[in-house]
Amino acid sequence: MKEIILIAIAAVFVENFVLSKFLGICPFLGVSKKTSTAVGMGGAIIFVITISSAVTWFIYEFLLKPNELTYLKTIVFILVIAALVQLVETVMKKFMPPLYRALGIYLPLITTNCAVLGSALLVVEREYSLLNAVVFGFSSAVGFTLALVLFSGVRERIETNDIPMAFQGLPITLVAAALVSVAFFGFQGLFGI
Amino acid sequence: MAKSSKKTFSVLTNGIMKENPVLKLVLGTCPSLAITTMAKNGIGMGIAATFVLLGSNIVISLIRKIVPDKVRIPVFITVIAGFTTIVDMLLHAYLPDIYKELGIYIPLIVVNCIIFARAEMFASKNSVGMSILDALGMGAGFTIALLIIGSIREILGAGTWMGIPVTKNLFDPAIIMILPPGGFLAFGFVVAAIQKFSVLNVKNKEISSGCGMNCAGCAAANNGGDN
Repeated sequence: MKEIILIAIAAVFVENFVLSKFLGICPFLGVSKKTSTAVGMGGAIIFVITISSAVTWFIYEFLLKPNELTYLKTIVFILVIAALVQLVETVMKKFMPPLYRALGIYLPLITTNCAVLGSALLVVEREYSLLNAVVFGFSSAVGFTLALVLFSGVRERIETNDIPMAFQGLPITLVAAALVSVAFFGFQGLFGI
Repeated sequence: MAKSSKKTFSVLTNGIMKENPVLKLVLGTCPSLAITTMAKNGIGMGIAATFVLLGSNIVISLIRKIVPDKVRIPVFITVIAGFTTIVDMLLHAYLPDIYKELGIYIPLIVVNCIIFARAEMFASKNSVGMSILDALGMGAGFTIALLIIGSIREILGAGTWMGIPVTKNLFDPAIIMILPPGGFLAFGFVVAAIQKFSVLNVKNKEISSGCGMNCAGCAAANNGGDN
């Protein structure tokens, strides 16, 4: 139990996907303009990463490992994730229309998101058990969402500020991200992780 | 003849200056921030990505007429993933130091928007020769951008450049620059500097749209392709 809590806290705060591992920077910069879209994107990411952690774990343990095909993991994982996103979208559209309306437009964006593939690869690298893998995937995605939503608040403030010409647009966003990242850096060393 | 050679040359230089994938198009931001703690890593990542880009551009350009439009996205992704696996294995075997430093970011080349964007926008529409030039230009632009960011971070954060001490008697290194926040800062200031120098060119305003748009484009196409 202690191990699971440690994995979860570490994934949310200490090794935050966006702010300390730099995974999923594209959506972080792309959809963090408004808090509502940030929440939608975060929800879609949590959904997909949690499922994909479990699916890729099964594929790795029962398909790739026994057949000594582990070197194919990059190809297999990316195709599985692409198919999975497609499947989730179809199933959601059919059986959960309200959820689909809320998260649907963010789902296709997720295939090219390195956070999803990144978490699958990290699970393999760290040799997590199935439960640990799912907890890790879920909490990483929660950490991602947390960073995204917090940052969207910062960005809404920036929009109304008077910014020097050269810094308008992307540069000021990155500088603000640096400050948020400093804040998260304070979690380093928490519980000796 | 002169005109066509000029066009060929512009394909090569396009990626380095006018459409620099990292600094102008804001693609491939994840590796640009993650592995640029040292200038050396920047070069390693740049070369690895260039290799994948070159391989995938050549193959995709060769098969562009046989692949039906509807399945092109999964085909492109498979080709790119194949070359990424090759790079992964080559680095593991011959450059274990770099492999260890770059870690998870080598397999993540497969989801690097630059490579997919070039496959979709250039290689699937142009001849093999042009695609090779495009890959080399874009790869060089990516490597140069990583080298710039990596150099700034290494000099300010560790006081060394390529492992050689350079600021020994000048100032104490600010460790924050090689930590995650420094990545955002250095990248932000480099883009700001570029914006400053190209401020006369109004078209550069587009920079603010960032990668979100481009990735969305890739993914939207992806969605359409899979259906």
